[in-house]
Amino acid sequence: MSSISTGAGPSSGTGLPGVPSLGRQRRPVESVIKAVLFCAALLSVLVTFGIIAALIKPVLDFFAEVPFGDFFATEGTYAVLPLVAGTAMTTVIALLVAVPLGLGAAMYLSEYASRRARKFLKPTVELLAGVPSVVYGFFALTFVTPTLLQDLLNLEVGFTNSLAAGLVLGVMIVPTVASLSEDALSAVPQALRQGSLAMGANRMQTTLRVVLPAALSGVAAAVVLGMSRAVGETMIVALAAGAQKNLSWDPREGMQTMTGFMATTAGGENPVGSTSYNTLFAVGMLLFVITFVINMISIALVRRFRQVY
Amino acid sequence: MSVAATTAREVTTSSVATGKSRDRSVGSLAFLGALWFSLFFGVMVLVVLILDTAITGAPRFDGALITDYSSRVRPESTGFRAGILGSLWLMLFTALFAVPLGIAAALYLEEFSDGNRWWNRFIELNLQNLAAVPAIVYGLLAVAVMAFMGFQRTGIVLGGAIALALLILPVIIITTREAVRAVPQEIRQGSLALGATVWQTTWRQTLPSAVPGIATGTILGLSRAIGEAAPLIIVGLATGVRFDPEGLLSEITALPMQIFSLTSQSQEDFQTAASAAIVVLLVMILGLNALAIFIRNKFQRSW
Repeated sequence: MSSISTGAGPSSGTGLPGVPSLGRQRRPVESVIKAVLFCAALLSVLVTFGIIAALIKPVLDFFAEVPFGDFFATEGTYAVLPLVAGTAMTTVIALLVAVPLGLGAAMYLSEYASRRARKFLKPTVELLAGVPSVVYGFFALTFVTPTLLQDLLNLEVGFTNSLAAGLVLGVMIVPTVASLSEDALSAVPQALRQGSLAMGANRMQTTLRVVLPAALSGVAAAVVLGMSRAVGETMIVALAAGAQKNLSWDPREGMQTMTGFMATTAGGENPVGSTSYNTLFAVGMLLFVITFVINMISIALVRRFRQVY
Repeated sequence: MSVAATTAREVTTSSVATGKSRDRSVGSLAFLGALWFSLFFGVMVLVVLILDTAITGAPRFDGALITDYSSRVRPESTGFRAGILGSLWLMLFTALFAVPLGIAAALYLEEFSDGNRWWNRFIELNLQNLAAVPAIVYGLLAVAVMAFMGFQRTGIVLGGAIALALLILPVIIITTREAVRAVPQEIRQGSLALGATVWQTTWRQTLPSAVPGIATGTILGLSRAIGEAAPLIIVGLATGVRFDPEGLLSEITALPMQIFSLTSQSQEDFQTAASAAIVVLLVMILGLNALAIFIRNKFQRSW
């Protein structure tokens, strides 16, 4: 870094009154470095625009071939609504699993665990996030469906079904829900808890009636972020939720999801540039828009709870 | 916060007002039980998952598993050499692409930028969104980037590494920022007071102090990337590669890709092989996590 230090050294006239603004000194090397670092930060913005730019041309090609009505239809080769329904089904099942479990873990960590216990317990919850999704998919397909659902619970489920996929998906997003909820619960001022305890409430009453309502926007943000994860997750649903479009309300049947469809289409024999290959981008665009909206809701909710406390 | 105030706060939270003594009713005990259940549910699932996979894969814990190439003809001795090597190569180049960029971006945002300017707030918002964009979408982006650079085939080391690097870039930026933010302001002020410029302060004081945190975050990001298959499917990585990767333009496969393709096969031998490969993948991830924990415990300073 010798080339950089040549531009440095004590600046002249430091004895003058007033606080020197150190960030505004005129040093050419310094501004070059700042510009380089700014470009790196700007790249992250370019990624977002890159995603939109990457999707826009194949999507336009797709809609030049396929009318809008055929895409947003309930049946047909290019119908996307059955895929949206599949995604909705697995996401709802996943949230039914992840919200109580994640919130329960968060409430224990924030309200019950001592500081030392929390140090050991928090990583055990987060372990679940370290397992690759393809492993969860394998687990859903080879253990949850045949052993848990068919043998132990005697359910008549198909080889692939949205129930198994949704349950395992829910387990996968527990850490997401738990860790953001715990932040929100911990941010509730101690004075509120003490007030409640002083009135004679026990820990359960304090947690459920004082802390949880006070942290509601943060908890909502956690749930919404978990939902975004569930919508975008691919491997579990590609393996365990089925490879057939199926517009149904029965979780015991296989239903292809948006991400599952994308994995199947990309892995198949569709020539690049063909309409069936461009479907991939059309579904990808819809997926990006849906998760974008969900993420923005989550970010707005987080801001709200940060402002309150 | 002064020492007295901290002590006072600890006393209040730990011994006086916990409400613990009033946890006697059936309802509150059941509630506590439910919280314990949700806390340890994940561990139970993990134990079942690992036991189930290890028992299914046990017949295949042999040398051929990691030294042989995949074989459709002899499912009982199919190996994952190409996948394991492919995953390692992908990790190497993913780190080479993502780490310098991520650290540079994080340093700008933490040390140089004025957080009140609209473009900096925009970058901030954008990062939060990128961290939650589905992995599969990054695959689509990588395909477009490869086409932009003029590559016809995308199922090569470069394509996969670009997809994974884009995927973990937000993770690296966010964890690096946290590590840099944890360096006390006094160190920067001391350096600036001695006449160092902002960059000299960053390079010689802030960054070295933040390295353990950055390394931990980077390794955890990489351990997420190594298990990811969705963007690699979109990029078009093959699954039946029968040679070692040789360079950036070499066609490869990856371990999660091979697991995915074997899981879809119906023959039992392939399922067994997939289980054994999952154990290998989990061991690799566990190794990376252990390394991260080791670095954190060994080098992390607390101020």
